[in-house]
Amino acid sequence: MDFDPVLLARLQFAFTVIFHIIFPSFTIGLSAYIATLGVVWLRTGEERFHVLMRFWTKIFAVSFAMGVVSGIVLSYQFGTNWSRFSLVTGNVLGPLLGYEVLMAFFLEATFLGILLFGFNRVPAWLYVLSAAIVAVGTALSAFWILAANSWMQTPTGHVIRDGIAYPVDWLQVIFNPSFPYRLAHMLNAAYITTAFVVLAVGARYLLAGRYVAEGRTMMRMAIGLLVILAPLQLFIGDQHGLNTLKHQPIKVAAMEGHWDGSKPVALELFAWPDEKTETNRFSIAIPHASSLILTHSWNGLIPGLKSVPPSERPPVVPVFFAFRIMVGIGLFMIAAALVGALLWWRGSLFEQRWYLRVMAQCWWIGFVAVISGWVVTETGRQPWIAYGILRTADAISPVPGATVAGTLALFIVTYGIVFWFGIYYINRLIVRGPDQPAAAKPSDTFSNRPIAAARDAGGTTID
Amino acid sequence: MEWYLPLIWSAIIGVAVILYVVLDGFDLGIGILFPTASDERERDQMMRSVAPFWDGNETWLIMGGVGLFVVFPQAYAVIMPALYLPMIIMLLALVFRGVAFEFRLVSHSKTWWSFAFTAGSTIASFAQGVILGHLIEGITVSNGAFSGGPFDWATPFALLCGLGLMCGYGLLGATWLVMKTEGPVARRARGQAKFFLVLVLAFMAAVSLWTPLMEPRIAERWFSLPNFYFLWPVPSITALTAYLVWRWIDEERDAPPFLAAIVLFLLGFAGLVISNFPYLVPPSLTVWDTAAGPASQIFMLMGTLLLLPMIIGYFIFVHWLFRGKVAEGESYH
Repeated sequence: MDFDPVLLARLQFAFTVIFHIIFPSFTIGLSAYIATLGVVWLRTGEERFHVLMRFWTKIFAVSFAMGVVSGIVLSYQFGTNWSRFSLVTGNVLGPLLGYEVLMAFFLEATFLGILLFGFNRVPAWLYVLSAAIVAVGTALSAFWILAANSWMQTPTGHVIRDGIAYPVDWLQVIFNPSFPYRLAHMLNAAYITTAFVVLAVGARYLLAGRYVAEGRTMMRMAIGLLVILAPLQLFIGDQHGLNTLKHQPIKVAAMEGHWDGSKPVALELFAWPDEKTETNRFSIAIPHASSLILTHSWNGLIPGLKSVPPSERPPVVPVFFAFRIMVGIGLFMIAAALVGALLWWRGSLFEQRWYLRVMAQCWWIGFVAVISGWVVTETGRQPWIAYGILRTADAISPVPGATVAGTLALFIVTYGIVFWFGIYYINRLIVRGPDQPAAAKPSDTFSNRPIAAARDAGGTTID
Repeated sequence: MEWYLPLIWSAIIGVAVILYVVLDGFDLGIGILFPTASDERERDQMMRSVAPFWDGNETWLIMGGVGLFVVFPQAYAVIMPALYLPMIIMLLALVFRGVAFEFRLVSHSKTWWSFAFTAGSTIASFAQGVILGHLIEGITVSNGAFSGGPFDWATPFALLCGLGLMCGYGLLGATWLVMKTEGPVARRARGQAKFFLVLVLAFMAAVSLWTPLMEPRIAERWFSLPNFYFLWPVPSITALTAYLVWRWIDEERDAPPFLAAIVLFLLGFAGLVISNFPYLVPPSLTVWDTAAGPASQIFMLMGTLLLLPMIIGYFIFVHWLFRGKVAEGESYH
């Protein structure tokens, strides 16, 4: 059998990185939520916030473990699968990842230990501070890894000598043109993703008539956040898009399914971009609408896909559809947040069962939007791995395709098992619910495990 | 300056590697010893003794990989493809054992995740030994890139190193349990520590004899004069340390056997450094051949000098916070 090593290396990396991004998108937001609950608990002294804090910390522990183990894989895959890439960009990207490890990973790992196991060993303020430090750690991690990714999209601050990129100005490397937009877009996405999970769990409890007080708190906090962040994301996304248009216009052309740069850009609501005929089939479009969005003028022009030869274009279909999925979910999120806020304002949020039913099912939408967004930006960068510096096809390791195929199969099996068990166990923790305040007093046994700590407090056994 | 930078960085990355080996070594070792516990309650106790630390310990593995990428990108780009299969197998094994920490206690039956913890720990340890062994043997390099086959690493020497490292982690794990637990677990660990100590010494002796016979450059390094005058204490101190581990176990001391086992690891590591320095990818690429540009090294060095003391600070704090022994039958409920 003939294996294409480039395609296989890409598939393997796409699979492992998509699996990984699920967990940071959740843990960045969830750690911030846990820290917020902790601060509110300390300031108000209300036990229910502490109960919620402990509850979400258990779920955080399971998610974080999956994020850590899938993240370690990535730090080695740059070398195992993309050794040319490592060599060409290592001088520039290496230190950014190094700072991520030194600044963020050690911080998160250490203080997570205190957050999970230290409840009975440290004063309350230090316990809450540990939660806040974990939240800061996850955001710092996002800062560095997005700086690295943004440099791959819009590289600045370097010179190329003998085909290898060397840093010249670190500030330009880190704060490259697309970085501020990508960082804001991703962090906001993580907070929104988590808010929808919290909202869904709250709605689920209200529907079931269990943990009603906690469920209401979760829903109020989530909607209060979403009504600001979801519309804000539309604005940030728009700004990010304009930035992409400036630096990677062909990516935008693929997102829009825009072939002919001499015509104004239509807003394609649905179409099937056909790369052979260089047209959109089955197109349903609003003429001029995307020109208006992208150039703020009725007849505004942007470069079309046909302005570059096919070898310089990204695969259009995945970029085109992933973009529509992301935007579609984003618009739905804004609507869901506004409807929720309206119901809250009218005082009927917790009675409208149709709204609770829909929201209880929406825990996953943020994850799909995040993954779609990453498919847009990463696939849209092709055929480059580092834009204008190194092509993906030239970046792989001297490893036979069959080896990559074999390990890809192992990754799919391993991650499949871990993923479904992880979802199953998180669902169990949700079903078991928060521990009630009466039982949540510190126990005298030394709890070394998060889930065990929960059992200490809740007194429920599951085995 | 450009000449010294790779040396400074070799030292820093060497410290990161040895920290990883010692720190994750004891929690991998606990996975290896897991099946010898008499029931899941004892396994709870064993696992709990490492639970607050394992995540931080594994961060040193990321530091090692990323450190190599940052400072010696050429070495990273050669070593990773050359050791592709053992690397990926190790990472997948670590996935299983990492999630086992969390999953084991939410599941209906602990048995499966106990098994995953053992299998993952054992396979990861073996794979790390193979990686080390094959690195010592040498990687086929042409034009600065790996040019060998996917199974180059499957040699008797590398497999021997795999078994050796498994035993070494077993020793660290057993002495850790001696230090951090009470009751039957600690008692059993004393016997296991002695068992693994004997095996570790046997493997260390085998590697020490095999490498100079296999590689003339290593024989030259150790046995030429005047090197020999300076180097003969290394094996002598190793023997003395091993004796002390044994004796302190017999005297039922808590921390000293673990600390002495760490010294044993440091000596083994020192031996490997003496044998191979200045090669990072023996036998062709030295630390200077593979180093990143000075600007990258300096930028990273500034951050490291600032952040490493902080990391060590909170590392000490968390170990102090979770000091003391995990009691026998200390329940989760």
